Parts: sequence; C-alpha cells; structure tokens
Amino acid sequence: MKEFTLIELGKRLGQLLLSLFVLLVVTFVIGRILPTDPVGAIVGELADPAAYQAMRARLGLDLPVYHQFWLYLTSLLHGDLGTAILTGNPVLQDLAQAFPATLELATLAVILSTLVGVPLGMTAAFFRDTWIDKFTRVISLVGHSIPVFWFGIVGLVIFYAGLQWVGSPGRVDVYLEGLVEPRTGLLLVDSLLAGDTEVFWNAVHHIILPACILAYSAMAYITRMTRSFTLEQLNQDYVIAARAKGASSMRIVTGHLLPNIAVQLITVLAISYGGLLEGAVVTEIVFSWPGIGQYMTNALMTGDMNAILAGTLIIGLIFMLLNFLSDLAYLVFDPRTREVTA
Amino acid sequence: MSAGDILAPPPSAQGPASRFAGSLRTFVVKLADEPLGMFGFAVLLFLVIVAILAPWIAPYSATSQNLAQALQPPSAAHWAGTDEFGRDILSRLIYGTRITIQTVLAVSLIIGPIGLLIGIVAGFVGGRTDAILMRATDVVLSFPSLILALAFAAALGAGLNTAIIAISLTGWPPIARLARAETLIVRNTDYVAAARLYGASRTRLLLLYIAPMCIPSVVVRLTLSMAGIILTAAALGFLGLGAQPPAPEWGAMISNGRKFMLDNWWVAVMPGLAILITSLAFNLVGDTLRDILDPRHAR
Repeated sequence: MKEFTLIELGKRLGQLLLSLFVLLVVTFVIGRILPTDPVGAIVGELADPAAYQAMRARLGLDLPVYHQFWLYLTSLLHGDLGTAILTGNPVLQDLAQAFPATLELATLAVILSTLVGVPLGMTAAFFRDTWIDKFTRVISLVGHSIPVFWFGIVGLVIFYAGLQWVGSPGRVDVYLEGLVEPRTGLLLVDSLLAGDTEVFWNAVHHIILPACILAYSAMAYITRMTRSFTLEQLNQDYVIAARAKGASSMRIVTGHLLPNIAVQLITVLAISYGGLLEGAVVTEIVFSWPGIGQYMTNALMTGDMNAILAGTLIIGLIFMLLNFLSDLAYLVFDPRTREVTA
Repeated sequence: MSAGDILAPPPSAQGPASRFAGSLRTFVVKLADEPLGMFGFAVLLFLVIVAILAPWIAPYSATSQNLAQALQPPSAAHWAGTDEFGRDILSRLIYGTRITIQTVLAVSLIIGPIGLLIGIVAGFVGGRTDAILMRATDVVLSFPSLILALAFAAALGAGLNTAIIAISLTGWPPIARLARAETLIVRNTDYVAAARLYGASRTRLLLLYIAPMCIPSVVVRLTLSMAGIILTAAALGFLGLGAQPPAPEWGAMISNGRKFMLDNWWVAVMPGLAILITSLAFNLVGDTLRDILDPRHAR
C-alpha cells in the first residue's frame, strides 16, 4: 500500500513541476514576447539608437527565443527577478518586504471565514430547507457576487468615515509606524513579541475591516461547500446509527461528522486561501495595505513589467503549492483514497 | 451533468426540436417553484432590455460633462448622483450595462466553444490525447486567473478587447472538464454506435452526434461562470486595465469614485451596486439551472 501512495505522490509532484514550468513559460511569453517593443518600454521612445541596441543586447533579445528562455530560467533560479523601476531595488527584495503584510491579512481572513463559515454551513445542512438554510444560501450567494474591492470601499465609508469604529487605511496609525522591530514582518505577531500592546491594538483596529471583508467573500464558498459535504454525510448509515445509539447532536458533529468531512474541508480551505491572496491584490489598494497587491497595482501604474511578472510568479507559485498540499492531505489523511489507490 | 436528460428519451425517436421544447416546458414549470431563480431571470432580462434601449432610457448623456452639476448627491434630477465632471451616474450605469453584457457574451463565446471542443475531443478520442488535454486543463486550472489576466492585460496594453482575451485564457478549463464527462457518457450510447456503423467520420460523430448533447450542461456551466467573469472584468476595470475612460465601465467608475469615497460616497458605491446585482442575478440563475437540470444537486 505504501508504494502506491509513493507513486501517487510522485504523480502529484510531477503535476506540480509541470504546472510550474508552464507558469514560467507563460510569464516569459507575457514579459518578453507579447510586448511589441520591450526595449522601448524600458529605454523610452526618444532614446538614441546606440542606447536602444545596448539595452536590446543586455536583455538578450538578439538571441534565439529558446536561448532567451534558458537565460530567464537560470536567472530566476539564482533568485534574480529583475529590478523594479519604481523603487530601484531588486524585485525579490521588494516582494519579500511586501509579502508578510499580505500573508497576515489573508491568514486572518481565512481564520475568520473558517470560524464562521464551517458552523454556518453545518447549521444550514442540519436545518435543511428551513428559513435558516435559505438565509444562509442568500448570504453566501451575495458573498459570491460581491466585488470585494468595492465592498472594502463601502466598509470604509460606513465603519471608518461614518461610525469611526475602525482605523484609517494602512496597517497602523502613522505615529506608531516603525516602532516595533520587524522580526516576522507580521505586525500583530511582532508587536506582541515586543510586548507593545498599544501598537498591537492599533494594528488590530486597522486590520479588522479588510480582514472581515476578505473573509466574507471566502466564507461564501466555505459555507456552501461545508453544507453540501454535511448533507452528503447526514444521509449515511453511520450517522443514523449514532443517532439510534443516542448520541447527542453535538457528539455526532464533533465525533462523527467533522472527522469525515475534514479532508474535503482542507481542500476547500486551501482553495479559499489562494482566492484570498488574489482578492488581497485588488483589496489592498483600497486599504493602502502595503502588501503584494499594492506593490503590483503601483507597478501597473508605472508599467513595470518586472514587478508585475514577479508578483504573478509568486502568487502562482503559492497557488500551486496550496493545490499540491491539499492533494497531499487527501492522500495522507483520507483512508478512502488510500483504498482506491491500493 | 444532465445524464437523465440525455439518456431518457432515445434521441433517434424524437427530433431535437421537440425534445428541446419538452425539456423547456418541464424547465419552466420547475422554475416557477424557485422564486430566487425567477428573480434572477427577471433581473437579467431587465438588464438586457436596458442595454438594448440605453440611448432611449438614459436621462442624460454618459460622457458629456456639466461641471456646474459636479458631485451632486442622489436627488430627483440625478437618481444616482453625479460624478466629478457632472456626468449623471445613472446614465453612465445604463450605458455601462452594454459594456458588461458585451464582455460576458464575448468571453462566453470564446471559452464555450474552446472548452467544448477540448472536452469532447479528450473524451471521445481518449488515450494519450485525453491524458495530454486533461493535464493541460489541470495546469491552467491551477493558475491564479485574476493575477494572470492582470499580467496579460498589462503586457498587451489596457483595453476592453485585451481584458476579454485575458479573462478567456483561464476561463475554459471547467467547461472542458464538464464536456469531457458528458462525452464519456454519450460516446457509448447506441445512436452513436449506429452512426458509426453507417460510416460517419470521426469529425462528423464529434460535431453532429456528441457536441449537441453536451451543449445544455455547458450552457449551465457558462451561466455560473458569468458571475465570476463579471467580477474579474470589474476588477480589471478597477485596476485601469479594462475599457478606457470616458467609457462608463463599472469597475473603472468605482476606481474613479475611490478618490472621493469619504465625502461623496455615491460615486463609488452606485457602480458597485450595479456589479453586485448583475453578478448576483447570474449566480441565482446558474444555481437554479443546476438544481433543475442536475438531479444529483437536488436540494
């Protein structure tokens, strides 16, 4: 049985590597082949021919395409994603700086959406076709349909400008910026490590609205899937047996249902997490959140393809890793798939 | 998905037209039990009418400026207020319906046939072709679609056409998977075997005998995708990568209104409502269609 799992693991790994390779090809094509004049985009239209030729040679555009791709690959493997026009820093360094902010936001959002979405989906399944179920359906359909960046604006108008319950856009108030030594880059964690509760609560004040708004769109999906997983299980004999035996509803949920839908839920959560990273890209600009999204949006304004493609690569990579890990979770935790492969 | 739909009446016994009319009738009857779905259909119908009649029903021009009327809050004269150039937001929203519907239709017309073709070829030919095509589908499915569309639109230059292509690039895999699954069911049916015995070529089998059977479920899947397409298109517009100003694209209108969001909320809020309602209508319709056509999803 173990060998079969290993073969399966190898297959998934192969799929991951293939996806990565295609992602590299795609970014290469987008960056080097699609722009009609990548050299002009860098040196400007009025550059003199000598400078133009020099840049063309530096980019390796006089080489055959496969050679260019090889150069692209090797420079990537050396961690060279090019230089950002806006900051003048290597893109990798910029991204490393911006990433923790996005990670913090998306992680908090996925935690919130799980805490609300899973119980909500289960409740909807238990009270199927009652008003609770219908209400949940509408809530999750709206969550599926809402443009998340717009919802952020509405949230700011209501809770920041109107009610003044939450902090302004940004990670902390300006006067608290840079007070905490960035150890993990996650401000909530850093401020706790430093024991600075003022910064911590201020940061909570700022992150809560964007996190809730991102969480809502993810919650829609999580609720829906949890509901359908639970419905599937509720009709199974083991649930009926547990009921007949006299187990309480709570006991059925925690002891029987949750373990059985846990693996499917992991996949859903992984997909949601990926979706949240994407959602963060359009939401961060609304909240002046200094993460990858804002970095990429700023790069868009300046037409900085290096930064855009690097961001695409990083998010694509995380997406694929999440897919891969959730596949692995299936293989490792779900006895049913093990039986099938064996 | 609609396995029962395909297998129940022997297709040779009934013409496709009467079969279609029959399922349409059952469909309408079932739809009547779904108030939310009906509501979605009504909204979509309304939007299509608005898009067609835009020049006649819009109270003002979508693009001409009237600085004296800049940033007026919603009132009897301007139901949705005006933007910083004094343009009536309601009129811009009405014209914007055209852009949205155009985008959705264009993307559907690209990813529908492409997904269908890839799916039926993979399912029908099988073997190595199937493996390669499905692997490709899985790869594209694992891409972050919005980010890729963003990079693509950034490289090709902003514009509605680029946005449409960019969204289509990652939109076809779900359709292909579905069409393949349907094909696997259909290809072993007797009428296909009969056609094969008659000497029908593979192309003929694919296009005339198998593809039509996959179309209903592909259409349902497309409807469900449309809500996502609208949101992606709006996000691209919001980032300045969709239709260019002064075109009244809803996402771009939100991005523009963001500058005044704290003092003049309506400039950003109104277009978002339009996106929300449209995308919600597509979701309601798609959801209902799936429930009706697919017994396995019956609630």
